[in-house]
Amino acid sequence: MTVSIELNGEPAATEAATLADLLDEKGYNGAVVATALNGTFLPKGLRADTPLSDGDAVEIVAPMQGG
Amino acid sequence: MDFYGFEPSSRLFLGTAQYPSPAVLGEAIRASGAEVVTVSLRRESGAARAGQGFWELIRSLGVRVLPNTAGCHSVREAVTTAEMAREVFETDWIKLEVIGEDDTLQPDVFGLVEAARILSESGFRVFPYTTGDLVVAERLLQAGCEVLMPWGAPIGSGRGLNNVFALRAMRAHFPDVPLVVDAGIGLPSHAAAAMELGYDAVLLNTAVAKAGDPARMAAAFAQAVEAGRAAREADPMEPRDMARPSTPVIGRAVLGDA
Repeated sequence: MTVSIELNGEPAATEAATLADLLDEKGYNGAVVATALNGTFLPKGLRADTPLSDGDAVEIVAPMQGG
Repeated sequence: MDFYGFEPSSRLFLGTAQYPSPAVLGEAIRASGAEVVTVSLRRESGAARAGQGFWELIRSLGVRVLPNTAGCHSVREAVTTAEMAREVFETDWIKLEVIGEDDTLQPDVFGLVEAARILSESGFRVFPYTTGDLVVAERLLQAGCEVLMPWGAPIGSGRGLNNVFALRAMRAHFPDVPLVVDAGIGLPSHAAAAMELGYDAVLLNTAVAKAGDPARMAAAFAQAVEAGRAAREADPMEPRDMARPSTPVIGRAVLGDA
């Protein structure tokens, strides 16, 4: 089933059932990232148990240069 | 002097942004001798995976990271960013920025205190980027902060220590709290001045990253921080308004009309 979400601010369609599946589907496998779902931090350990629904806003962030 | 139990050998903390290349960033960090570097979190693309190489570089340098919440304008954004940073960087340290005004990037001190309380209660070691306001500083300590980081001047401005009076007052008011001048430092002389005021460390980024030769500037800052700290420990003289001869007057030969 295809779900319409917002991934890092962009509309995205996914077949992924969970947030963990989404990371695999979109090429993040093995990457050091953190996730938030609808503005709330979603710990790594909960990704596999977190289903995605239409309209969910997913943020995936990684280390970046900072001051 | 320690920062939440960590005693760095260098009192220079360095930012990792705006360098011309990852190689130059690496050289600058090494030349600075900094043991603490600031990092951030940004959206990662699954195709480009730009953050992964950066993170490998930082890890290879053996430094301790201080993640920031740069760009956050609300308590909620800052808290969520801190939570994500704790997982990614595997540290409970957080440089807490809650920005209140875009032209000066002045902290929203009300949101800052609130976010500091929430994060301290959930186990974070908060390094708050704040102003020189003593009342706000007191509230941050009550909220659980054990370090304060007042600004020298607006972020990236290179203007140095805009309000020496406030910085001196903060040092005098909180003699036992680790204090770091964060932001606005443009030259090694500014960093030395902060250390002479008794600050425990300085945190800077643009002054090194945007120098023509970042590694050389990083080394210059390292020297300035050491010199300023040594001067503080050596107990400087009090300035005075009138001249006083440094060469003894007694015994001077009389050589003509007085």
